[in-house]
Amino acid sequence: MEKVDCIVVGGGLAGLSAAYGLASAGVEVMVLERGDYAGAKNVTGGRLYTSVLGDVYPELWEEAAAEGGPFERPVVREAVTVLGDGAATTVELRSDRLAAPSPQSHTLLRAKFDQWLAEKATDKGATIVTGMKADELLLEGGGASGGGATGGGAAAATSRPKVIGIRAGDDEVGADVTIVAEGALGLLASGAGLREQPPAADHARGFKEVVELPSQTIEDRFRVAEGEGAAHLFLGTVTRGMTGGGFLYTNKESLSLGIVVSMEQMRAREDELESWQLLDEFRKLPAVAPLVAGGTVAEYSAHGIPEGGIEQVPRLFGDGYLLAGDAAGLSLNALVTVRGMDFAIASGHSAAQAVLTARKADDYSAAMLAAYDRLLHRSFVLPDMAAARDYPRIIENRRLFTQYPDLLVRQVEALFTVGPGPSPRLLPRLWRGKREIVFDPATWRDLWSMRRL
Amino acid sequence: MNIDAKLGLDVFKLDTERHITIDVEICKTVCRTRACLYVCPADLFELDDQGTMTVNWEGCLECGSCLICCDDRALTWTYPRGGFGVQYRMS
Repeated sequence: MEKVDCIVVGGGLAGLSAAYGLASAGVEVMVLERGDYAGAKNVTGGRLYTSVLGDVYPELWEEAAAEGGPFERPVVREAVTVLGDGAATTVELRSDRLAAPSPQSHTLLRAKFDQWLAEKATDKGATIVTGMKADELLLEGGGASGGGATGGGAAAATSRPKVIGIRAGDDEVGADVTIVAEGALGLLASGAGLREQPPAADHARGFKEVVELPSQTIEDRFRVAEGEGAAHLFLGTVTRGMTGGGFLYTNKESLSLGIVVSMEQMRAREDELESWQLLDEFRKLPAVAPLVAGGTVAEYSAHGIPEGGIEQVPRLFGDGYLLAGDAAGLSLNALVTVRGMDFAIASGHSAAQAVLTARKADDYSAAMLAAYDRLLHRSFVLPDMAAARDYPRIIENRRLFTQYPDLLVRQVEALFTVGPGPSPRLLPRLWRGKREIVFDPATWRDLWSMRRL
Repeated sequence: MNIDAKLGLDVFKLDTERHITIDVEICKTVCRTRACLYVCPADLFELDDQGTMTVNWEGCLECGSCLICCDDRALTWTYPRGGFGVQYRMS
């Protein structure tokens, strides 16, 4: 059986980040990517919060800035539109502090970005094998494992399996350590008993169109200077009462227009609304239609997002393996900011550091690889997720997507309304019609539950 | 733009073997929700005239919605073989 120092399953951001770090230190690392090229199987909304990556391969971001690829546009204008019954209101932000000296975030497209990162990893000496899918993790003693799944979730094994490599078709490749960066569905890890398959309650679905538009048109419509970008989120009626939202990001010559929605709530609907209808409705909204008018849809894609927060993060290390990125459930949805890619890159970096430590001792046991967990706790990844541990529960509250958007838009509408009514004075106008919601115990319960925001 | 037209924009490398299999017995006798019919962003699931569930796996975007939503274990789901399935050019 062929053997390498380290196998990385998945050529996405966590996997390539780990490979870059390992190859830079001279470790023989093989990345298995089932797509034809890195990024072929990946999707983002989206944007990457590059500012938090200062400690994680700073030389990479300098190269990115110098080369002018692999990002699309730096985000200099943020907007959130809340849509209620018959009205919508928008908060917009331009901040000198978020745009300079370097922008807090950049929009990106995964096929381009992942291939750029793959090239950087290859330059450092990583071997990236594309078109190769790992079918199962090989366990010492030949224990049962698998890369396929039947709906319902595999139970975690009670014994502690040791991962010794992977099987891809008829080929087996051994490794001292395997970094499983396979993505949000966790098929290999759950098949090997390393984690539970994520339930619908811990999962969201994102799907989007890439809509081509000339860059000048984008700059005119989003009111940004040449080469600059905007990020626009939509909360409220867009998700028909479900947890989630709409998004619109500016790329160089296209827009990413899409929806994120809770899988559990989508499944539980009794009206059998079809998920893809949400996107059709979204692009027709008066707030959205003019922004995409005349654009040509160039691609349609969908992808999973881990949404369970820190409480559903599985055990991240064991004998001979580490879990990184979406495969480790690392993400943070705060509605107005959604982070996963920065966690993926950071966790890949930490995984590489942990492997290097293990290599020095030539010991790849769980006890040694526990260093990974410690590194994640010292980075922003687990501390940020821990601080936001109540977010998944808070955002499940559907009143956030129904009553409260209605309340907000009506309050703003009252500010702008002139004419016959209860009073020309502001405060009575704001108070009118709110008695019910203000005296609703549910409102006070919600306020109390949101103290952890 | 309808779903089929949108899927037509994407590049798919079609394998000869399917990567999603439905256990029609479980589907017919156990499942009450048929969530797969409406959670799939590519609208790939349909009930034929005999009430048998089928899936047009060729247009699969590999998001796993159907897998995540089927609690009755009626689906056997893997990613397509390496080098097959959708290959996103942008996204």
